[in-house]
Amino acid sequence: MGLHLAFPHLITYRKTNSDVFFELGLRVDGRRPAELRKITSTTSVLSQADGSAYLEHGNTKVLAAVYGPREPRHRALVVHDRAILNVEFNIAPFSTGERRRRTKNDKRLLEMASFVKQTFEPVVVTTLYSRSQIDIYLQVIQQDGGVLQACINAATMALIDAGVAMTDYVCACTAGWVEREAAIDLNHTEESSDASEVTIAMLPKSGKITLAQMESRLHVDKLEEVLQLAGEGCKQIHLVVDKTIRDRAEDLARKLAV
Amino acid sequence: MSITFHSPVPRAATDKAFGRGKRNNAAYDMDLDGDHNDTPRSAMNDPLIHVVTPGEVITADTAFMRGHGTYVEQEKVLSSVAGVVERVNKLISVRPLHSRYTGEIGDVVVGRITEVAQKRWKVDVNARLDAILMLSSVNLPGGVQRRKQESDELQMRNFFVEGDLVVAELQTFFSDGAYSLHTRSLKYGKLRNGSFITVSPGLVQRCKSHFHSLSCGVDVILGLNGYIWVSAHAPQNLDEIDTEQVYSNKNKEDITPADRESIARVASCIRALAEDFIIINDTIISFAYEASLQYPLKDLHKKIVMHDIAIEATHAVETMKG
Repeated sequence: MGLHLAFPHLITYRKTNSDVFFELGLRVDGRRPAELRKITSTTSVLSQADGSAYLEHGNTKVLAAVYGPREPRHRALVVHDRAILNVEFNIAPFSTGERRRRTKNDKRLLEMASFVKQTFEPVVVTTLYSRSQIDIYLQVIQQDGGVLQACINAATMALIDAGVAMTDYVCACTAGWVEREAAIDLNHTEESSDASEVTIAMLPKSGKITLAQMESRLHVDKLEEVLQLAGEGCKQIHLVVDKTIRDRAEDLARKLAV
Repeated sequence: MSITFHSPVPRAATDKAFGRGKRNNAAYDMDLDGDHNDTPRSAMNDPLIHVVTPGEVITADTAFMRGHGTYVEQEKVLSSVAGVVERVNKLISVRPLHSRYTGEIGDVVVGRITEVAQKRWKVDVNARLDAILMLSSVNLPGGVQRRKQESDELQMRNFFVEGDLVVAELQTFFSDGAYSLHTRSLKYGKLRNGSFITVSPGLVQRCKSHFHSLSCGVDVILGLNGYIWVSAHAPQNLDEIDTEQVYSNKNKEDITPADRESIARVASCIRALAEDFIIINDTIISFAYEASLQYPLKDLHKKIVMHDIAIEATHAVETMKG
């Protein structure tokens, strides 16, 4: 695994620690500003789905399932020259510190789903699958910041696992301005402090950006540095995700070749 | 407590750890004629298997044509799926290891009726669209040969209803890529007396015949779409088939408990092989069945037992080949 990605996971961020870390120029969980949390991922975790992936970004845990391309559920949705993407997003009630049930029509959830949908529409080669539907189901199991980036990365893996044609990977990463410097991959503590955060989704081969999302104010002079950092993060995430996908493909290819 | 922090690792070192920098450079000048100068990690010792992931350059040589699973950008052929590169003369395609069924004319498929529509049935065959079985492409009970009339249209539900399983042959493609099936042979038609299993479509090997009678008294239909039907033995001889009963919904009455156990055992063996991603054909199923006999039926769903059966079956096939 990437040496500077892994770090002893400090699950509790104690006040005493943060003082020590601050002296050393480290963040609340002991990371350096440009250091990602540990990423672990597996594909084909569900037997019924066409493709699935489980991904952990530090303590943020996400499960993605892809069904399709398949016959559309509703005749009215059919588009004659391409496939339609359908994204459903759900957050487990036990995923945060305080237990909370959300309704299926929660605006927040629908917004997240549409972010993911918009991110993938330019990358998935939908014209190959006319009159079909591709369903992406996202389930957040645990939240510790960077839910959107984790969902996009997991959805990429699940789509590839399902054999859906894509022109490139889509890798998402967040970066923000914490305290007095740009930091990558913010955790929940950092997100909750008044840090401004940017999430971008990037096609690592071409460097094109398919999603840029920011909900708070950030000084324009700092934007470039933050985006640069997020872009670097996307490239690192691509390496990690690609390794999982490639290892799995090689494993299956060898089994088939016997 | 003393804490030491190591200095950040330079970029080049991590690239090397992931085998990336090297792979990318090698990919551009890769020689597809066999002598790979790209030496990836130990996992890939077999030079015949070339695995690519989406967005990876397969070749920069303009002499090649792009096939399935690839696209062209700036005169390079790139992969759009994660899978194995296959080359036929100048045509390069990438086969994903895990995907929906893509059919070819003449394929034997097993499917489930999802809808009864105007003069046709919709059939789920694990493809990206439901296949279509036209009323005009089925046999009438009793083997009567005539044009289908309105009266036949009205009694379509006497032939197939939603949820019925059928075995059919792929006849043609429609313009939108949907498949048209036919069951105009006594080999094809409604399925009874057995159980249904799904495996990944890529695991079913194309063979001369997909209807097999195993020595244990069980029939297996290996649908190329990954749908498999395991049933009690029925006469294969076309003269012995009661043509009036081809659309019956009644199972045979004389299926003995021993037969039922064999069906369950064969089904479990196929599941065990699929779990280990092993190519499925009648030979390996027979070997897996023999290997499974040392275990009681109720243990066959256990992961470790399934794995043992799969390994033993592959060894048996290898020793048979010599």
